Amino acid sequence: MSWLPAPQEPLLRVAVAGGTHGNELCGVFLARHWLRCPEELKRPSFSAIPILANPEASAICRRYVHKDLNRSFTSTVLSSKATPDEPYEVTRARELNQWLGPKGSGQAFDFTLDLHNTTANMGACIITKANCSVFAMHMCRYLQLQSLELPCRVFLFQPSGETFSLDSVAKIGMALELGPQPQGVLRADRFSQMRALVASSLDFIELFNQGTAFPAFEMEVYKNFGEEDFPRTEAGDLAGVVHPQLQDRDFEPLQPGAPIFQLFSGEDVLYQGDRTMYPIFINEAAYYKTHKAFIKTEKIMTSVPALPPLPSALTHSL
Amino acid sequence: MTSCDFTEEPIKKIAIFGGTHGNELTGVFLVKHWLENGAEIQRTGLEVKPFITNPRAVEKCTRYIDCDLNRAFDLENLGKKVSEDLPYEVRRAQEINHLFGPKNSENSYDIIFDLHNTTSNMGCTLILEDSRNDFLIQMFHYIKTSLAPLPCYVYLIEHPSLKYATTRSIAKHPVGIEVGPQPQGVLRADILDQMRKMIKYALDFIHNFNEGKEFPPCSVEVYKIMDKVDYPRNESGEIAALIHPNLQAALHYESLQMELAICVWNLPPWVLGTPLAENHWSSGSTGHTNLLNS
Repeated sequence: MSWLPAPQEPLLRVAVAGGTHGNELCGVFLARHWLRCPEELKRPSFSAIPILANPEASAICRRYVHKDLNRSFTSTVLSSKATPDEPYEVTRARELNQWLGPKGSGQAFDFTLDLHNTTANMGACIITKANCSVFAMHMCRYLQLQSLELPCRVFLFQPSGETFSLDSVAKIGMALELGPQPQGVLRADRFSQMRALVASSLDFIELFNQGTAFPAFEMEVYKNFGEEDFPRTEAGDLAGVVHPQLQDRDFEPLQPGAPIFQLFSGEDVLYQGDRTMYPIFINEAAYYKTHKAFIKTEKIMTSVPALPPLPSALTHSL
Repeated sequence: MTSCDFTEEPIKKIAIFGGTHGNELTGVFLVKHWLENGAEIQRTGLEVKPFITNPRAVEKCTRYIDCDLNRAFDLENLGKKVSEDLPYEVRRAQEINHLFGPKNSENSYDIIFDLHNTTSNMGCTLILEDSRNDFLIQMFHYIKTSLAPLPCYVYLIEHPSLKYATTRSIAKHPVGIEVGPQPQGVLRADILDQMRKMIKYALDFIHNFNEGKEFPPCSVEVYKIMDKVDYPRNESGEIAALIHPNLQAALHYESLQMELAICVWNLPPWVLGTPLAENHWSSGSTGHTNLLNS
């Protein structure tokens, strides 16, 4: 695998976004808290900016008002002309792109972290794009080592077309996905775990900005290669549920022939693939509508080269 | 203690409601399945009607459209003049009252089972509205015994001000079935299996009752509602603290000593790992907590 090169300058323009989905409450409440008390996001060399990404959806505790904000950062949407009756999230995506971007340009923010929850039993999962920066891989590693209570895995996401998520606007972007937590519910354990992971990510940026070197390492990562829908009737309704032997087993190996669904009539549906697969986002509430019972990943051991320290001339000027 | 002096008529008309809250999916899918294939819920001599109570909310996978259907069945709402201006759920309550009621009349259904899920860790819970309903207490005892060793709790909502006007309250014998934890908008196989069993045992009991089987005196431990506790809120009404991790992790229905009781972790002046202030629930007697975070 190849990685994009590390930043050559300190990361100074950093944002942490919560409430991209208004019913994923760790991010909503953290963002609201930091907007009142931003001290927690300060480090000696920079201050991260808190963002409540989808305020209208957060106010009504829904994933979105008209369309999914976290699918709206495509070139088509971002370059479209404003119209009076356009979806709320289209307007908002353009606003966020103006603020944190423009996407793909030299003026974009150095780093954005986007906070999410899932109903799936995924523990702490860091999502970064498949051909990300070596810096991002080192941050993933750092967060993994800090996350002692909760298993922390790295998901390298390969979209089928262009990137579309909020974190793709910044030069380097990542998402933190913590679960399980029901939509519309705030759990103290997930909340404090999310808060601690954000603090660690800012600590990592500070270490980098201060000229720290990070050695090469090897790490297991999960890379997506497909999705599986629920069994459905001709009318498109659910015909079965995630099999009890698969439920809550995110990131565990699933062999061909293992049961994946249980029909209402009682029969099992077996996995038809030809190799071991690592399912994630198993039974995520928001994915019923988009026909995903789980995402299929493969587990890969990957080598990441050293992250060289910033030149001391740059760090001394901070 | 209850007597076994059953002088009532055999039970004839039963309904099973799903989708009273459109995002509590176990009931939605069980009812939809039984509408396609009702073999599992047939019993000789019984009419068992599965029914989706809030189809528009089910369609949108949301709790309700205008107002909570499961709070709409008071006599004032049921008696309002039919009008397009009424909230959807009030109009729907009137339709359901017409089909399965009328509430408080001789013609209403004998039993209505209303299927619900909660995000709380409540396991299998049966909800009782009237502590003098010997028939239902015997049914609940039968269900609990049949489910054992899987725990099944009985929650009594009889209370002068906290009892609410449920969808099922139009029946002579209303039964609430609440199974959790399950996130809204998610269908779990284990929860589905538990709810399915509760219904099966309930129908078996009714069938046995109709056949003239005798049920000896029994007693059932119930958890009676005492109070509802809101989250601490700030001036804007926003939630200002979370359920304490010690309480979140506790098996619900566990007794809490009042001195330690509900400690709430304040949000704004919070240092990582150290709550700066804890609120204690002070009350004279030991209480049990219920329906948290649902």
